[in-house]
Amino acid sequence: MKKYIFGVVFIALIWACTSENEEVAVDPDTTVSFERAAMLSNWADNIIIPSYDAFAVEITALNTAYTSFKSDATITNLQNFRKSWLSAYKMWQRVSMFEIGPAESVGLRLNMNIYPTDTQKIDGLMTSGTYDLTLSSNRNVKGFPALDYFINGLGVDDDAIIAKFKDENKQARFGYIDAVLANMTTLTDNVVAAWKSSYRNVFVSNNGASATASVDRFVNDYIFYYEKFLRAGKMGIPLGVFTGTPIPKNVEAYYEGQISNELFLEGLDATQDFFNGKYFGVDQTGESLATYLDALNSVKNGEDLNKIINAQFNAARTAVSALGSFRSEIENNTPPSAMFLAYDEVQKIVPLLKVDMVSAMSISIDFVDADGD
Amino acid sequence: MKLVLKKYINAPVEAASLAVFRILFGIMMFISIIRFWSYGWIDKLYIQPKYFFSYYGFEWAKPIGEYTYILFFICALAAICVAIGYKYTLAIITFFLSFTYIELMDKTTYLNHYYFISVLSFIMIFLPANVYFSIDAALNPKKAHQYIPAWTINCLKLLLGIVYFYAGLAKLNSDWLLRAMPLKIWLPSKFDIPFLGDLVSQEWMQYLFSWSGAAYDLAIPFLLLYRKTRPFAFVLVVIFHVLTRVLFPIGMFPYIMIIATLIFFDASLHHKIISFISKLFGIAKNRFNNQTVFNFNNGLLPKLKYAIVGVFFMLQLVVPFRYLLYPGELFWTEEGYRFSWRVMLMEKTGYAQFKIVNGETGNWFYVDNSDFLTAFQEKQMAFQPDFILEYAHFLKHHFEKDGHKKVAVYVDCQVSLNGRLSTIYIDPSIDLSKEKESFKPKNWISPFKDEIKGI
Repeated sequence: MKKYIFGVVFIALIWACTSENEEVAVDPDTTVSFERAAMLSNWADNIIIPSYDAFAVEITALNTAYTSFKSDATITNLQNFRKSWLSAYKMWQRVSMFEIGPAESVGLRLNMNIYPTDTQKIDGLMTSGTYDLTLSSNRNVKGFPALDYFINGLGVDDDAIIAKFKDENKQARFGYIDAVLANMTTLTDNVVAAWKSSYRNVFVSNNGASATASVDRFVNDYIFYYEKFLRAGKMGIPLGVFTGTPIPKNVEAYYEGQISNELFLEGLDATQDFFNGKYFGVDQTGESLATYLDALNSVKNGEDLNKIINAQFNAARTAVSALGSFRSEIENNTPPSAMFLAYDEVQKIVPLLKVDMVSAMSISIDFVDADGD
Repeated sequence: MKLVLKKYINAPVEAASLAVFRILFGIMMFISIIRFWSYGWIDKLYIQPKYFFSYYGFEWAKPIGEYTYILFFICALAAICVAIGYKYTLAIITFFLSFTYIELMDKTTYLNHYYFISVLSFIMIFLPANVYFSIDAALNPKKAHQYIPAWTINCLKLLLGIVYFYAGLAKLNSDWLLRAMPLKIWLPSKFDIPFLGDLVSQEWMQYLFSWSGAAYDLAIPFLLLYRKTRPFAFVLVVIFHVLTRVLFPIGMFPYIMIIATLIFFDASLHHKIISFISKLFGIAKNRFNNQTVFNFNNGLLPKLKYAIVGVFFMLQLVVPFRYLLYPGELFWTEEGYRFSWRVMLMEKTGYAQFKIVNGETGNWFYVDNSDFLTAFQEKQMAFQPDFILEYAHFLKHHFEKDGHKKVAVYVDCQVSLNGRLSTIYIDPSIDLSKEKESFKPKNWISPFKDEIKGI
């Protein structure tokens, strides 16, 4: 009897100890009602990689438009350059949230879109002629916001801006834009290449349920993006909800002035499409956070969490769509009440994702490596 | 009655049982501290944070910067001294004080397991755990005894019994038994564990785990007490704790509990364990078998000991029921939730956005919690009212120091409990900076919109 007991104890302890390295390979064809692996491949193959591809195409087009403008600084070419910039900037809103793997290791988001951009520093660097845009200290003088300054912020109208590209500093100016675009292009190409060469499989095969598994990590990244960059960065900070004073200069695409809400809405659409597992550019959906919630049968208060979250996304979209550009909302209204109300709708999604969704999925937010009860 | 008293209180029993308990407890504590240290948790939990949450009445207990490491070092050293039985009384008092101080430093890290260690080490201060197979006994043969009064072992059994039984009682509620919550949420995410991975997302499995978990907790003290069921009970103990270890991130606790339940066995097993250790280290075990009985001397101090132990157990029995004095749902308000062996009962998540209003200008803004709290602290704060209140007071103080006048603090807090849709948790119209912490019911907690029946 005793031997038997200690046998059981021994085997059980061995089991407990070995499972500490949670890297046990699992046959994906199990009876689990929801396949995290299928969701991961849908994310990678139908959303993330196609979106990055489209973004790379936009960056190429942006380079082309710039080349024409550089060779012939006319108003038409400026407008074309601006159009390409806006189109690429909108596409950026669809990839900004994927800050995991290759994008995370190069810090793509912080290199592409730190705003407000430091125009004094740009002017200084430009005239000095020596600068290294890959330095992390130079993140606030490059990317889309720096381009915004060059194509929208140098003068009151197109003629004034064109004049700047014909004055004695034009070489330095073109040189600086060359460097900004080269930096954006390299970063983008590297991220796209890394996803396609190896990271896709790393991402999809890490289909477990630990804090380091792809689903857990990416859901954290996704919510972090929504909360810090979409909600706070694009609306909350310029509105002054964390400081008490509106800061219109902190609006995205400040110099353009008219498109901040358009960029926001693109980002909102992207996060909702991602939630629903909608393929990029194709009207089709796959396994997603929404279907995961359905599979977990999270029926709450007689309504399904998937529907509640989508309804709130729609409410936020309606509220923001009714606004003018964020810059005009903030500059022309004291206090900017309509934008505050819209912000509240955007805010309401945060607890739904951060509390209800993750607790249904048993994903820990900001995973803390400490013991539980 | 006298007979019972004699049998369970004063009758001499082998001191070897308590000695084994002391040795294994000391070793487990030492390993736990080394593990905690090696994971970098001292730095992460007690040095890096800018702010620490305090227990009501223990606001003075704060980490002491880099010296916190010394505190852990002292605690580890005391654990070793307990294990080898060197200057035992001093060692166990030092262990109790240092360990408890560590737990008091930040409420964020509260675990029932840590409370259990504090309580256990407190009771061990009063036990003659060093009279057998210890350095103390070896150095001073006058202090060496082979037998000790039965109560010194029985009180450990009682404490373990209370922990299990109360944990079982706490599971007798409608969420646990009728909705299989929170296991219904937690288990499906464990689909990648070996053997059980396929089963954990089956609903019947979730109910089976819930019901058998409750039955286990309620029955195990009795199964361990009764000689005939004891071996079977110990197998259950091992299976249960190993399962919890595999399924949940609960660190050292399962091992500590497995080892603690060895106290229920007959002294013959403990003698075998001691013989094994003796052989391992070449210690002569026989010299401790001196046939003498340890005897608490008469006098004020020993009598005080009995009184303290008696009051201690009264409190252990009563304190978990203090929640009955509060209105509202215990799981929701958490008034009287801690220190009651309520383990793994809730999947509770919250989100708290604080609004600072300048009372003079009416200007307001929201707080970015990450400016002040670590991710772990923010997470724990967002669903526990006493944390929310303490943090609100901190915010008022902080922003008034920053030059804001007559600061009022409001919170928009949403909490989800055991799979229910998140709802408003704290009355958003209440200026929290005006509310005081106390043991009185917190009437600014919004009422729970559902009902959980049971204990």
